[in-house]
Amino acid sequence: MDKENLVALYRQMVLIRVFEDRAAEMYAKAKIAGFLHLYNGQEAVAVGSVSALHPDDDVVVNYRDHGWALARGSSARAVMAELFGRATGTTGGRGGSMHLVDVKNRFWGGYAIVGGHLPLAAGLAAAAQYLKTGRVTLCSMGDGSTNIGTFHAAMNWAKLWNLPIIFMVENNQYAMGTHYDVHSAVPMIQKAAGYDMYAEQVDGMDVMAVREAVCRAAERARKGEGPSFLDVVTYRYRGHSMADPDVQRDKAEIARWKERDPITRFATEVLLKRNLVTPKDLNDIQKSVEQEVEDAIEFADKSPEPALDTLYDYIYQQPVRNMQIAGSLIRPPTIAKDIPTNGKHA
Amino acid sequence: MAEITYREALKRALREEMQRDPTVVIWGEDVVAYAGGGAYGVTSGLAKEFPGRVRDTPIAEEAIIGVGIGAAMGGMRPVCEIMTVNFTLVAWDQIVNHAAKQSHMFNGQIKVPMVIRTPNGHGRTAATHSQNFDAWFAHVPGLKVVAPSTPYDAKGLLKTSIRDDDPVVFLEHLQLYGTRGEVPDEEYLIPIGVSDYKRRGKDVTLVTWGRMTMESLKAARILAEEGIDVEIVDLRTLRPLDLSLALESVHKTNRVIVVEEGWRTAGLGAEIAASLQEMAFNDLDAPIARVAGLEVPMPYARNLERATLPFAEDVIAAVHAMMQKQY
Repeated sequence: MDKENLVALYRQMVLIRVFEDRAAEMYAKAKIAGFLHLYNGQEAVAVGSVSALHPDDDVVVNYRDHGWALARGSSARAVMAELFGRATGTTGGRGGSMHLVDVKNRFWGGYAIVGGHLPLAAGLAAAAQYLKTGRVTLCSMGDGSTNIGTFHAAMNWAKLWNLPIIFMVENNQYAMGTHYDVHSAVPMIQKAAGYDMYAEQVDGMDVMAVREAVCRAAERARKGEGPSFLDVVTYRYRGHSMADPDVQRDKAEIARWKERDPITRFATEVLLKRNLVTPKDLNDIQKSVEQEVEDAIEFADKSPEPALDTLYDYIYQQPVRNMQIAGSLIRPPTIAKDIPTNGKHA
Repeated sequence: MAEITYREALKRALREEMQRDPTVVIWGEDVVAYAGGGAYGVTSGLAKEFPGRVRDTPIAEEAIIGVGIGAAMGGMRPVCEIMTVNFTLVAWDQIVNHAAKQSHMFNGQIKVPMVIRTPNGHGRTAATHSQNFDAWFAHVPGLKVVAPSTPYDAKGLLKTSIRDDDPVVFLEHLQLYGTRGEVPDEEYLIPIGVSDYKRRGKDVTLVTWGRMTMESLKAARILAEEGIDVEIVDLRTLRPLDLSLALESVHKTNRVIVVEEGWRTAGLGAEIAASLQEMAFNDLDAPIARVAGLEVPMPYARNLERATLPFAEDVIAAVHAMMQKQY
């Protein structure tokens, strides 16, 4: 990677960090409601992964999705506006924090039923294989999703059909508040062995390590060598969501992981060490990111709520005659003319 | 015009749509080789005709539906077969939380043009294998739900369902697979969301669908001998619900019985009765009645199974009760 691209990775990670801190602030100010799952600590995973993929590869992730959307190219404005529930958000305020999407970047969304998106990701990979598009699907999930049926069903199917897919576990070691040792019977990497799937354990606090692992897995998929499983070991600095007081985790454990902070490490061990940037450059990046996020907040705050008359839009892509909504007809139904009947019983 | 079975009509629809569109595939449990193709023979022979496009899957309904959704998002038109409606329960999260919500929740950016084919029904298979979930599917915004009663409707509606850009739950019926009816050789389509008169009459309206259309027709033939002239509206689509013909019919007969196979409480019949009385209260000469399945888990024993399900005799009894009562 050249200097420009390395600095871009750094900037993306800082953007995610600042975005999340400001989102937490906006949540405290009640500008954001519902669930808000923040990505602090895990920035290297999304940024490293996306940097390894082609622009038309498919990305499917879980509800901790702000970092992924930003890394995949959604604007801070659109993401913040979505958190605010505004018409200018990534889904016009329909999905909220957990359901960001940006199909033009082939970012197929954040999914909030644990494990629910794994079969969908396998399906995207099946379509890529059947339609011979050459696309690879990256499916990210939390460690807590590796015990549910859809995980095993999707892993088995992907191996069976040799699908071009990367199953990536963002292993932050907690399923909400339940530690890995309490929720899983075997080490994560062994879960791939049951399906004879190529697997690697990856340092998720190292953006270059994530990037290189995803490059290898994507290369395998493109060569027709099938699915891969990446156990990306990482840590989230904040609670499961803003609703989590985070009392169950050891403060010393959190502090230990913060010593391996992916942003600080990348700055000192790569950018500064190789003299690619000066401390002033890093400071300028921080400032420009803060400005970008401040602008996103202003944009979101000024944006209108979605118009009420859009409420029923897109329940169906293809509306039909006599569409019935909410259990009662909007108007009395009209009789369809010229509809085929074989007249056998009439 | 040849008389063919409901099963054969479905197969012809699948074949024609696979010939027409190379992105149409069939995925499901035992759809390739078992018993010639499909637990109930609907896909028999298609795997040979369309190499690589009809594939057996693991017994993992959540994945059959989920992989289908993903493939539909990725540009295909998968027809996913769930062997019986009972097993859709395993995939309920995928159907309700994923298939049905993609379009609206993602503000139109994602479409899911897939068909979930599955039969309702019974056949001495006891409680976990003898159920009818029409009302459950019909409850969900974002799904289209189709339940044809004749070979003619089955073919025309399945073709339309495959071409539709939304997820369609296509509810067949075990007891209908072997029934016969006329189906033209030339191509035709039946739109989703349009009900159909299956019998014209003037005394009482039966609003029904699926297997109960056939039971209603049997009942009507017997009632005709007694001089009671029954009109039968076959809904054909359960979501969106087309009550236009039912409404038209009520204006004429002033009496309605909703005939359904599933459990009565919170069944689709309750919704239909409520909607009709909202729109046509002044036309009604009697309270809207319901014929429905008894609310028990289906027993295995022959006599108990039969007692649980509605048949023509139950329809006849309901018509008699309605026609004899003075209001």
